[in-house]
Amino acid sequence: MATADWNPLGETYYRKCEIYSMEWAGLVDLSKFTVAAAAYGGPIALLKDENKLNRGATTNIKPVVSVYNAAGRLLSQIRWSSGRIMKMGWTIMEDLLFVQDDGVVLVYDMFLGFKRTFSMGQEAKDVKILDARIFTSFQGTGVAVMTTSFRIFLITNTESPRIIRLAEVPDLNAVPNCWDIVVMDRQVRALVGKGSELYIVDQGGQYQKQDPKTEKEEIGDYLDLAVSFNNKFVVLFTGKGHIWMGSSDLLNCFGEFETKTAAKPQQLAWCGNGAVVALWDRFLLVVGPQKYWIKFNFECPVYLLPEVDGLRIIGNEQHEFLQRVPPVTEQIFKIGSMEPGAMLYEANREYQKQHQKADEYLRMIKERLDVAVNQCIQAAGHEFEASKQKQLLRAASFGKCFLTDFRPESFVNMSQMLRVLNQVRHHTVGIPLTYTQLEHLSMPVLIDRLVLRKLFGLAILICQYLKIPDAEGQSRIMAHWACYKVQQKHVDEEQLARVISQKLLERPGVSFSEIASVALEHGRRQLAVKLLDYEPRASEQVPLLLKMGQLQPSLNKAIESGDTDLVYTVLLHLRDNQEPSQFYMMIHTMPIAFSLFIQYCRHQNLVLVEKMWEQEDNQAEIAYTKIVRSYGEDTMDIRTKILEESSHCFHRVGNIFAEKQVEEQIKLLKHQRKLEDEMGLSFVDMSLQQTLHKLTLEGAHMAADKLRKEFKVPDKRWWWMRAMALAESGDWAELEKFSKSKKPPIGMEAFVDVCMKHHNKQEALKYLSRVLPDHKVKALVKVGQLREAAEQAAENKNEDELIYVLGKVKVADKQLADNIRQKIEQLGSRR
Amino acid sequence: MATGAAHLSSSKLNLGLLRDFYRREFLECIDKCLGTKAIVWDDGLTGPFGLIAEYSLLKDHEVEKMFPLRTGSLPPSNVQNIVFLTRPRLELMEKIAQNLHHEETKGGYKKEFHLIFVPRKSLLCERKLKEKGVYGSFSTVEEFNMTLIPFDADLLSMEMNDAFKECYLENDFTSMYYAAQSLMTLQALYGTIQYIHGKGDCAKQVVDMMRRMRDEMGGREPQVLPQIDTLLILDRTVDLLTPLLYQLTYEGLIDEIFGINNTSIKLPAERLGPQPSQEGVESKKVILNSADTLFAELRDKNFNAVGSIVSKKAKLITAEFGERHAAKTIGEMKQFVSKLPHLQATRQSLATHTSIAELVKECTDADDFIDALRCQQEFINGLETDKVHPLVEECIAKSEKLSKVLRLICIQSICNDGLKPKVMDFYKREIIQTYGFEHIVTLNNLEKVGMLRPHGARTYQVIRKSLKLIVEEVNEQNPTDIAYVYSGYAPLSVRLAQYLARPGWRSITEVLNLLPGPKVEEVQQIPAALRKRRSSISSSQSSTGEQKLTLIFFLGGVTFAEIAALRFLAQQDDGGTDYVVATTNLMSGERMMDHLAQNVETVTLNPF
Repeated sequence: MATADWNPLGETYYRKCEIYSMEWAGLVDLSKFTVAAAAYGGPIALLKDENKLNRGATTNIKPVVSVYNAAGRLLSQIRWSSGRIMKMGWTIMEDLLFVQDDGVVLVYDMFLGFKRTFSMGQEAKDVKILDARIFTSFQGTGVAVMTTSFRIFLITNTESPRIIRLAEVPDLNAVPNCWDIVVMDRQVRALVGKGSELYIVDQGGQYQKQDPKTEKEEIGDYLDLAVSFNNKFVVLFTGKGHIWMGSSDLLNCFGEFETKTAAKPQQLAWCGNGAVVALWDRFLLVVGPQKYWIKFNFECPVYLLPEVDGLRIIGNEQHEFLQRVPPVTEQIFKIGSMEPGAMLYEANREYQKQHQKADEYLRMIKERLDVAVNQCIQAAGHEFEASKQKQLLRAASFGKCFLTDFRPESFVNMSQMLRVLNQVRHHTVGIPLTYTQLEHLSMPVLIDRLVLRKLFGLAILICQYLKIPDAEGQSRIMAHWACYKVQQKHVDEEQLARVISQKLLERPGVSFSEIASVALEHGRRQLAVKLLDYEPRASEQVPLLLKMGQLQPSLNKAIESGDTDLVYTVLLHLRDNQEPSQFYMMIHTMPIAFSLFIQYCRHQNLVLVEKMWEQEDNQAEIAYTKIVRSYGEDTMDIRTKILEESSHCFHRVGNIFAEKQVEEQIKLLKHQRKLEDEMGLSFVDMSLQQTLHKLTLEGAHMAADKLRKEFKVPDKRWWWMRAMALAESGDWAELEKFSKSKKPPIGMEAFVDVCMKHHNKQEALKYLSRVLPDHKVKALVKVGQLREAAEQAAENKNEDELIYVLGKVKVADKQLADNIRQKIEQLGSRR
Repeated sequence: MATGAAHLSSSKLNLGLLRDFYRREFLECIDKCLGTKAIVWDDGLTGPFGLIAEYSLLKDHEVEKMFPLRTGSLPPSNVQNIVFLTRPRLELMEKIAQNLHHEETKGGYKKEFHLIFVPRKSLLCERKLKEKGVYGSFSTVEEFNMTLIPFDADLLSMEMNDAFKECYLENDFTSMYYAAQSLMTLQALYGTIQYIHGKGDCAKQVVDMMRRMRDEMGGREPQVLPQIDTLLILDRTVDLLTPLLYQLTYEGLIDEIFGINNTSIKLPAERLGPQPSQEGVESKKVILNSADTLFAELRDKNFNAVGSIVSKKAKLITAEFGERHAAKTIGEMKQFVSKLPHLQATRQSLATHTSIAELVKECTDADDFIDALRCQQEFINGLETDKVHPLVEECIAKSEKLSKVLRLICIQSICNDGLKPKVMDFYKREIIQTYGFEHIVTLNNLEKVGMLRPHGARTYQVIRKSLKLIVEEVNEQNPTDIAYVYSGYAPLSVRLAQYLARPGWRSITEVLNLLPGPKVEEVQQIPAALRKRRSSISSSQSSTGEQKLTLIFFLGGVTFAEIAALRFLAQQDDGGTDYVVATTNLMSGERMMDHLAQNVETVTLNPF
């Protein structure tokens, strides 16, 4: 019978089923230990409590801490060597916290490897603490301590502890009977029972006295209280054996119950959200809201751990789970249920027996078959036993056959989830998750927890099975595996590097730099270097190489990446941390690094650039750099000195041309300086041509001529310069004189040109007659005598020239245009 | 589709997607600072960002003020946040530091400062800010990774004008790293590109970096159906000649004469027809992109063909306006009215382009342009290259623009496989004496990048002949070969692309070996699920099957004429592939020379 272990509690049922028979059976007696287990099927920590053995007698024997998985398999064990432990508990990351009496909290991993420590503040340290609570806050896991001065200090996140002090309970002079932490709306408050008064204190410095509404006149002192898993409900236990259940703000009461015993229960807890359990030695009472109750007897002491949907009961022999029978399960298996799911389940059973009744059952639920199938799928999720899961899934699958458009996702998903759940529930893994808990926890977190337990293989299989993308799945797990691997000090580095690279090299998206940095943390430098070599992302690799002092490789990798910024990171690091000579030697062989450093220097200071080139003995570059630098000097002497140095450099590399040019520049500078003194005009920084031009404009023809001779200015350029300058200054007489001084090497048309440029047609015409026939047409066009130009072109018998003239004719002058076209035709016909 | 960018999505590759991607990222970036804000712009970014996000959009995101980044102090404003948007350049950090110092001494209302680097943070810049003691004043320091900016339906540019100089002169390959990153972004949006070809040292670097970045992604490949079949990466050093020549397409000439800056030019207002122009405004901004259908038609034509098209259009539009007289019924009238906005827009654009064409024609008809063009043509035909050319001599003597002179000399050097020492020294001396001694460094720069060199092995003639760079008898109106863009010279770079598409580079191995830099070939694996299903041979539709798409990336710049030639190729029936062009920057010979020229800031000599 499916309902054999169901116990009615009012209108609902509760069932208690065994999930493991403990591997520690016979070895562990829970009565001698302090127990702390982690939610969501987490591990169990046991602290051998010497006080429990010989009460009162203080011994100096250090206690032993052991961690087991939920199936009672030993994971690790250490002898405690720090201070007195007041409280032990787990974080949501499955780290084990120990709160010492001096307020120091020590964080260990599941395998009891020390991670870090933090303190709960100076006051806790000075006056010691009485008690502590470990709770789940909105930010992670929090710790609260009560000091011997009855003040409460807390942190809301063990990952980044920030101490918050709660308001004080008025006139609290003795240890309160009970207290706990309530987290509501991102606010952390404490509920403190002081005698027959109840207070809520918050972090804003406020306290509130609470008077829960009750049907009784007097309920006595508050002895114990417990907050539900979701922080929404609270249960109170009073000195008169009264149990009060209600909302955590104590405003609404859901139920009250008389236990008729004044003894404070050893544990008080919520079972899901619908019932409260109280434990006295080997007697467990389950109380529902409407004064309904169930009792269980145990043969040995047990420890209770609330889960989101029930309660885990850990004993010496067994690990059991108490939960409300899920509604959907109830619908199917409740005796006499007429729900579609129940009918389908029956139909399938008959079908297995090859009985015709199968058809009858199906007909009854024909209209609601889809509901039936969904019920069976859901119910399968809530079963622990594989055989029951199978039966329900088979029923669902059977029902599915009669539906035409049933979407298969829910069935497939449930089958997959159950397969994963059954795997992790196996006692070697020992994570007894229910389907509801998995939904809360989510699959990625479950995979993380497998990784935490170093069950890499299983985690990878699950990822493969669920087809989780490599980056979030396999690759990530592999990377974790590698990080774990590099910490195994007994394995040879060579071998480790080989094993890791073999497995991970083909995996995309593995961060080798992360693994390498773990290796480095554990002092395995060589291994880190080897692993880092596999890292494809230079931006991750290079900084780590630098950190490890692998200077040359880091420079090589940065250059290979082509990322200029990375190269600069390395270069500047090298420059700041090395002898200059060493630095030069290093970048000497790397042209790209060298060029980039030169770029950097160029922005800083040209002298630095010169120094770099000097290291390279690159005389030509030194010379050019000096030339550019000379322009920034404001004294003549320095400028000439730098230029002289530059000319020496050119001399050394045998660049005679450049050497000569620099020398001429020095000479020019000197002349210009002299001219400035003589004429009171500025000349420096002009080119030779500009200097000549200016001199001519100023009428200093002698000086210009002198410079021309000294610098051997070619005739053509001299003539153009002079003609242009004279026309510009309007010295037409001098221009004419110049044109007659000898046969102009630039042709007489140049004179026409310069005159027209300054719009002096009169002057231009003077030279026109002296233009040679070859250039005459253009010259005529320039002065605007198009008709004459056309005549000349015809005379030259030059068709191109005619076309050229035609192009210049204005549209309005139709007559001339026709005339020219006629001439072109004539030329063409004559040929 | 975001506003104002419909023309981006008109081609085969929807570049609107990239623009939207940048818009989203950018808004996310500025939305991080809450409240009203002022943006302080690095001048180099205003143009590119104008193509991504318009002011009204920024206004919606509480951007109340925009200032250009200047030295000294910021103009007063009462916004809560000041966002500096800047390229990672040290000289700009100086200005930012000054701005902050002034703001802090001002006191008063407390503002928050933010810094956004485009496209990447830089260690050196951050150090600089720390040295100046202002780094701590920034609440946030972010980067906005915009590298390739969509300019037109088939054109992307990184707008890094210094890329050529940095890579080939200073050995600083930062821009190549950005180029590789931008290619990864493109692949994330448009799928992995299966075939990669490249030529040149930088091309090899970029391909190597892309391989590394792919490895670094660790298998997280873009799950996008590949839309680009082939990537061709070309170094500018492979073809230094082309950008030196005068571009002779409409758009190319506009660029040569006015300089196109982020798809817009400024023209003298009085020359732009009888439109109502405000008093005092001397120049008017004209936007040139394919959203203007007339410009889309004209831009790639040889300039000699532009006149006839414009006049044809003018007649057409006059006829269409004439229809209103023919419209008798209400229905006909309505139809005409509905066309009216379009007609008016066309007429406006026609007026604009007529004016532009007139301005261009004035320049191309001038003697100095014709002479220089003739000289260029002589050089590329291998004529008169081995001695001092009289025109060059004359240009120097008349102190014409240095960039023009240098262009001619460089063309001569390339076409002559280097200059004889006598010729070289003559030119150099002339330039130094005329334009100033500092240009000894400019000339050295030109030698370093290979544009000017001493006489060496003869390769130009071989390359010219085997790649058919010179085409006699070009039809400028109805071209049959890409050579029309330079009236007789086919750009070498585009020829390489043409040969790659058909029949493949194997046919020109020998020529490729003559060109500088290594050849790169790489095949990137594409997951089976994303492979294009090639229609089977038996299927009858295969002949009309989709055309392939090639992305061609010019490292160190590309000219408008080259882009025109590629568009021409894509239109040919037997071309075999469509092209999308990406480049580090849009260049002309003039801008290239200006960048390579050594500009010295001289300190006035102490008179004592």
